[in-house]
Amino acid sequence: MNALLHQVLSGLASGGIYASVALALVMIYQATHLVNFAQGELAMFATYLAWTLIQAGVPYWGAFAITVACAFVAGVAIERIVVRPVENAPILAVVIVFIALLVIFNSLAGWIWTYTIKPFPSPFPSQPLFGNSYVSSHELGSMAITLAVLLLLFVFFRYTPLGLAMRAAAQNPESSRLVGIRVGWMLALGWGLAASIGAIAGMMVAPTVFLEPNMMGGILLYAFAGALLGGIDSPGGAVLGGFIVGVLENVVGAYVGTELKLTVALVIIVGVLVVRPSGLFGRVHVTRV
Amino acid sequence: MSAVLAGARQADAASARDTMPLLAVRGLKAQYGPTQVLHGLDFEVATGGITTILGANGAGKTTTLRAVCNMVRSSGEIVLGGERIDGLATEAIVRRGVAHVPDGRGTFLHLSVEENLRLGAYSRKNRSDIEPDFERIYGYFPRLKERHRQQAGTLSGGEQQMLAVSRALMLRPRLLLLDEPSFGLAPLVVQHLFEMFRTINAQAGIGMLLVEQNAAMALKLAQHAYLLETGRVVMSGPAEAIRSDETVRRSYLGY
Amino acid sequence: MSAVPPVTTAPRVPVADAVAAPVPVEAAAAVQAAPAQPPRRLERRHLVAVVVLLALACALPFFIANYRIFQLTLALAYAIALLGLNMLTGYNGQISLGHGAFFAIGAYTAAILMDKADWPYWATIPVAGVVCLAAGFLFGLPALRLEGLYLAVATLALAYAMPQILKHKAIEHWTGGVQGIVIVKPDPPWGLPISQDQWLYFFVLAWLVVLFVVGWNLLRGRIGRAMVAIRDQPVAAKAMGIDTAMVKSATFGVSALYAGVAGALNAIAVQFVAPDSFQPFLSITLLVGIVIGGLASISGAFWGALFIQFVPNVADQLSKAAPWALYGVFLLAFMYAMPFGVAGFVQRVAARFRRSPRGPA
Repeated sequence: MNALLHQVLSGLASGGIYASVALALVMIYQATHLVNFAQGELAMFATYLAWTLIQAGVPYWGAFAITVACAFVAGVAIERIVVRPVENAPILAVVIVFIALLVIFNSLAGWIWTYTIKPFPSPFPSQPLFGNSYVSSHELGSMAITLAVLLLLFVFFRYTPLGLAMRAAAQNPESSRLVGIRVGWMLALGWGLAASIGAIAGMMVAPTVFLEPNMMGGILLYAFAGALLGGIDSPGGAVLGGFIVGVLENVVGAYVGTELKLTVALVIIVGVLVVRPSGLFGRVHVTRV
Repeated sequence: MSAVLAGARQADAASARDTMPLLAVRGLKAQYGPTQVLHGLDFEVATGGITTILGANGAGKTTTLRAVCNMVRSSGEIVLGGERIDGLATEAIVRRGVAHVPDGRGTFLHLSVEENLRLGAYSRKNRSDIEPDFERIYGYFPRLKERHRQQAGTLSGGEQQMLAVSRALMLRPRLLLLDEPSFGLAPLVVQHLFEMFRTINAQAGIGMLLVEQNAAMALKLAQHAYLLETGRVVMSGPAEAIRSDETVRRSYLGY
Repeated sequence: MSAVPPVTTAPRVPVADAVAAPVPVEAAAAVQAAPAQPPRRLERRHLVAVVVLLALACALPFFIANYRIFQLTLALAYAIALLGLNMLTGYNGQISLGHGAFFAIGAYTAAILMDKADWPYWATIPVAGVVCLAAGFLFGLPALRLEGLYLAVATLALAYAMPQILKHKAIEHWTGGVQGIVIVKPDPPWGLPISQDQWLYFFVLAWLVVLFVVGWNLLRGRIGRAMVAIRDQPVAAKAMGIDTAMVKSATFGVSALYAGVAGALNAIAVQFVAPDSFQPFLSITLLVGIVIGGLASISGAFWGALFIQFVPNVADQLSKAAPWALYGVFLLAFMYAMPFGVAGFVQRVAARFRRSPRGPA
């Protein structure tokens, strides 16, 4: 029973990470109907940036803030420079562009920082809170941060004019132009936000899995699984899906064997796509002739 | 309320030429892919006036409005209040005070009524009088106030049309482009809607370019009318004159 | 209503901002249209070119070092895999980011049969093909309902999961776990006076010729046209009576077969299979191969294979990371500048030569 609780709590902690990345994926999907395959590598690259800053003596939260800001700018730049020219190209072309980004960022990271695994500091104390044996301080802290991020995003999208404009641009670009929204920049903003979210997720996960260029591969997959499970066009669903996947991964991993964890992701993904492609909360898509 | 009532509400568009027209279009051509749909249109909207473009299915009426907003590949001279706007991005044209109520209404179906209206005001620089404008709009269309938290997609056809027009008004436009507002609506609803148009035009002095298939209602509302046939203006003149000319009505307007 | 095409077209951003780049139209046209047509009838000059190339290919191993022969053998195997992937993605429009998994299944099938069941190497190839045909078909069945992106995600998941599955303890007895399986290099049969490398080269070349002829016939015929129809206008294709489900699944299966055969041949040449040889990046490498070579082109498989075999060798000298960086950069460059791939480029050059005047009369 203790062990199960531990697994569930651990699962919620990693679930928070998956939920954040899933949200980033859904944000881009809602606006463009495209899946950003490079999301994980961008996050990893940002985490390396944070590492570099910390190594140079910048205090943790300072490095955190700078990294998030840089990730935002990078996201905007990538959308304007790399993605915009192929906006209306067939899906295959866009997938290839995203895969290219994935590969470039992965190899750039390997080039600049080598493939040696590096430890990444956690801003949270190493002793568990109240000496409990169920969840580490880092896991708790990471959950708190991801929840805070999710909450901030919710407030932003629900209650600010800019957030409303971004939602509108994602849902109905043509009508958005008719109220004067610069749809192109809304997309860029979305990418910037997604990149920032990814950076935060990377920095939260690095202390546990250690920093190396292939760190985010598996996590991206879990985020996909979560987003698909919740509904690829439902932000709330994606978040919930991320948490569910986190818990499932840990619980199944504990009882079936951790070596098959990624297979769990595969099974979830294929399962969802076959049984209920719109996920738990997404909308069913009708293909027009 | 900074109403612009500089234009004269002349019945005859000719005498309105002494004051600068709100919208002047010359040689407007438009195409979808390789198909040319508009073949060089000339038309005007007087400041504070209401102009209507009539014609049968396929005449190119919707395309005309879309071309004014640069939503379709087009060429020609489009002058808004003395400034050339052809070639500008749609959102830039909108920001200069052109509100387009598109064919199909273009409602944000998954957002609430209130959010739709708020989006209408998105590009306004002066944000302090957005709330009073909400009250004014709800005054024109009380039904929207009742449903302001409802998801826009669940509204009836008439209510969505009211919402679409209201969203356009929230922009505080100089020029309102209306694409077949009567489409799919019951006659009583259409009547109410057109009365609102008359009221809005009188109170706020907003110029209107109305594209309609319902020629009768359109001619009662507008001061000037153009008849479009397969992408060309075949007739233009004061609405009153066209309305009273039986041969024109029979051959072009079917009544 | 006026004659206006439906306002809601593609769900993505439909009308570009006023400052629209001309590139997307080109890339769109390229990736979607040509040289996407199924191959034309074999014209005389094509036949001549093929025979000449084949003769050259047969002569080559007698003039170069063993190591180079080995590399070319690997490239030939990749070409088979690329043709398979191109059938699926280039001609049929189904995006697979996981074909490395079928490559792995084919490789392991051959290795296990040779190592555990003492099968002769040449017999393992058809089995590897059939196993992958079945696996591909089975994977393709649920994948039927998935549109482009979803299929891409699912196949990517397959690519990531495969190394883990291969390492799993439950089947370790067969797969050799993390260590993998070592297999013995075959000798030339009938006492032929050639080296092992040379024999393997011809062995792979023979399979390549067979599979390319089969593939070419397939793509040229009704099925090939059906595949392209499904790619370009899926709903219309269905309305025309094409059994889209069957064609799509079958295409998936056949492309997996090709990848599996390639994997088996690769395993025999390399004499070794291990889970870490089949990382997700292998699938991406295959994708790079068909993009560089030319989507929806048969000759493209060769160009792509040469690229993915030899470029990393050169780039490796710069840095461990360089091959991948190059892949990424090349992918982007090709998408923007040469969407037809090398094959398309060659075709255009050839066409220009044909059109130019024959010189003084």
